[in-house]
Amino acid sequence: MRLLLGSLFALVVAAVVGLGATYLALTRGAAFGPLTIGSWTAWPKTGTADADPYAQAEIARIGRLPTALGDGVAFTATSDDNGRRLDGRCDVVLSGVTPAARFWTLTLYRPDGELVANSLSRFGFTSQEITRFADGSFQIVVAPRANPGNWLPTGGIERYILLLRLYDTAVGVSTKAGREVPMPAVNVRSCP
Amino acid sequence: MIRWLLLLLGGALLGGIVHLATIIILPRTATQDAYSRLARSAPVNAVTALATPSPAAAPMPFMDPAFASAVCRYDLSQGPLKLSVPVSPAYTSVSFYTRYDVAYYAINDRAAGRRVIELDLMTPDQHNQMPEDEDITAADRLIVESPTLTGLIAIRALAPEPGLMSVAQNTIAAAKCVRADDANRPN
Repeated sequence: MRLLLGSLFALVVAAVVGLGATYLALTRGAAFGPLTIGSWTAWPKTGTADADPYAQAEIARIGRLPTALGDGVAFTATSDDNGRRLDGRCDVVLSGVTPAARFWTLTLYRPDGELVANSLSRFGFTSQEITRFADGSFQIVVAPRANPGNWLPTGGIERYILLLRLYDTAVGVSTKAGREVPMPAVNVRSCP
Repeated sequence: MIRWLLLLLGGALLGGIVHLATIIILPRTATQDAYSRLARSAPVNAVTALATPSPAAAPMPFMDPAFASAVCRYDLSQGPLKLSVPVSPAYTSVSFYTRYDVAYYAINDRAAGRRVIELDLMTPDQHNQMPEDEDITAADRLIVESPTLTGLIAIRALAPEPGLMSVAQNTIAAAKCVRADDANRPN
């Protein structure tokens, strides 16, 4: 009886630990070799044939096709520079410049990867659509209500993800965070 | 007391094995991964245009709405594949994925350096079986080796502004992905 109870206990512990760790790894992004710059994180190695098992499992679970490294690099932001989760009811300002790339696109998604409906049908910006300051830097306001300048509507949803994809860029597996790879700052301007 | 602690430790170790096993098995058993989703709508060895993603419907999550895209779901068991993609004015890329959605190769219009991106896709075995002389005449053609028999080719063209989406879509529409035997056969 004691043996049965003991092995049952061990098996339950194994199931909880094993499946719990798998769930956490898949929802938090446990792929190897993250490249974090400010609020932005990319996994350049996930877009290569050397993608590790964690990256492969995450890709399969979400059902997306990763951006191949020969194509570009995708940077994700889920929180602002102070570590606060991005909230669609707040005005968030992206300001600065991006690393050198032929094109880039910025897109706003729901956490599950769907686009957010809005009256403008504006789901993001490309590097050619944006209005810039004289020094080449730009400012994008991610907000629920219309703003002057580059306005990216959030639709007032609670949580969202920003994806900045750099196409045809030198940023890759060997890139280290530094002055050559500046990413836009993410700051909350106001919150209701 | 010690007995339970040992059981806890043993359970945790077993849990580590369960964790690694589930992570490794997951891509093989997933039914909603990109390949399985596209397998329903995309025929084998042909280019299928994908709808631009919208909030109501998207072929798969996290697609870039600034791109016109198409996929070619390939099966190399009958022989190599020939792929040709005309280049759009802005930016065009071709990415290759295995059956389990691992990106093993990608090329863009600038790297290809021509008006049309032309590639031969084959398995390493088929590459080895190619006659030597043919390899030389094919030197100006790019040969890509697929690690798996089946997989996906994603063809994407950027529309830098919404008004240019039709240009990008027209470029993609002219892309071709056919079995090499069929391509050589006279019509």
